[in-house]
Amino acid sequence: MNALLATVRRDLLLALRRKSEVLTAVFFFVIVTSLFPLGIGPEPVLLKKIAPGILWVAALLATLLGLPRLFAADHVDGTLEQMVLSPSPLGLLVAGKILAHWLLCGLPLVLLAPVLGLQFDLDASALVILTLALLLGTPLLSLIGAIGAALTLGVRGGGVLLALLVLPLYIPALIFGAGAVEAHIAGLGAGGHLSLLAAMLALAVFFAPWATTAALRIALE
Amino acid sequence: MRQSVIHWFRFASPQSFYPLAGRMIPWFWAATAAFGIAGLWISFFVAPTDAQQGEGYRIIFIHVPASWMSMFLYLVMAFWAGLGLALNTRLSGMMAQALAPTGALMAALSLWTGALWGKPMWGAWWVWDARLTSELLLLFLYLGFMALQAAIDDPRRADKAGAILALVGVVNIPIIYFSVKWWNTLHQGSTINLTKAPSMAQTMLWGMLLMALCFWMYSIAVALTRVRAIILERERHTEWVKHALE
Repeated sequence: MNALLATVRRDLLLALRRKSEVLTAVFFFVIVTSLFPLGIGPEPVLLKKIAPGILWVAALLATLLGLPRLFAADHVDGTLEQMVLSPSPLGLLVAGKILAHWLLCGLPLVLLAPVLGLQFDLDASALVILTLALLLGTPLLSLIGAIGAALTLGVRGGGVLLALLVLPLYIPALIFGAGAVEAHIAGLGAGGHLSLLAAMLALAVFFAPWATTAALRIALE
Repeated sequence: MRQSVIHWFRFASPQSFYPLAGRMIPWFWAATAAFGIAGLWISFFVAPTDAQQGEGYRIIFIHVPASWMSMFLYLVMAFWAGLGLALNTRLSGMMAQALAPTGALMAALSLWTGALWGKPMWGAWWVWDARLTSELLLLFLYLGFMALQAAIDDPRRADKAGAILALVGVVNIPIIYFSVKWWNTLHQGSTINLTKAPSMAQTMLWGMLLMALCFWMYSIAVALTRVRAIILERERHTEWVKHALE
């Protein structure tokens, strides 16, 4: 557990020394969501209807943007090899890195989403559901994305390839995440969607670090 | 007991599998032709014209087998990939790599024929139906697998990375399928129902089964041909390949 916390602290420190990288993904999220009203038109009814989908797709893309950084720097300077050799289990260290990635890339999106939701005229209760759904969904995105990031580590054209691998796997999160808000607006209740998101998160918390570890070992062979 | 173990694993070596595959390929092609001729004959001349859909329904004789094979081939591919990862056999990775293009072809064929069928029957090339959407995502998974393998230069690493992706995909396929299904039912009532009339004419069913067998045999024949090419490419530095090509 100490190893996990140490990894989280280290990654957070490293990121805070180079704030621009983290902020880029956050600004990307804000800009992408602001582009949709400009492209579609300012009718509030239409914007309110498509807001959950837009915010979720933007969150998906913003997470994707941060993924190549997850292992790349450590791979280049050899830290990753030391992690593989270290006495603490690699799965735990990888889990720490994923947690740090979520704190840097996922959590800011969760905190920003209500503000951006206001731009789309979502009411207070819908904003709560949106934030809850993102709170459950963005760790899921980081966990699944970590598998893709490990698989494409040091591979030619890694960034585009990563998108091709990971985006199809993100679809269940997108469906239930955006669906939760839409179901709430439609008066159906978001409980089922949120439970399914939480179930997928539980599954991913268990399996994703394991698969990521296997992929990292292959990449470092 | 020991003897039989050795016997089974003998063909796990590319060197001994190469001639075996070469001997099997003509038989699978013959089976493809036999099932294909019988299936096409039934589907074009024996099967009756559908009461509601007219002659256009005959496209299902290609469409349904292609959809079945696209799903089945992903499972087979993941099976070989998992075997390669667990037992560290080289041939398994080659099999997975050889199956992927055929699977992608089947998924594309299924979508394409589905669109051709959908236009006259539904009046639209594409609807966001659960099955169509999940078939499209299956195609994306195949393309991702092939792209990952193509991007990694070291074939052993490509095999293993592809294997992990294939296994992650297999875990995700049911999740994706059900999420798309629920998504569809939540968004809109099913204006168009894909499920056919329950009482399908016996001859139609036979035609479809024969065509499915034809596609199955074709997939095996093509995958074996492709795996032979992959074996030659990867083992080109060895003595036996030089002899085999003489």
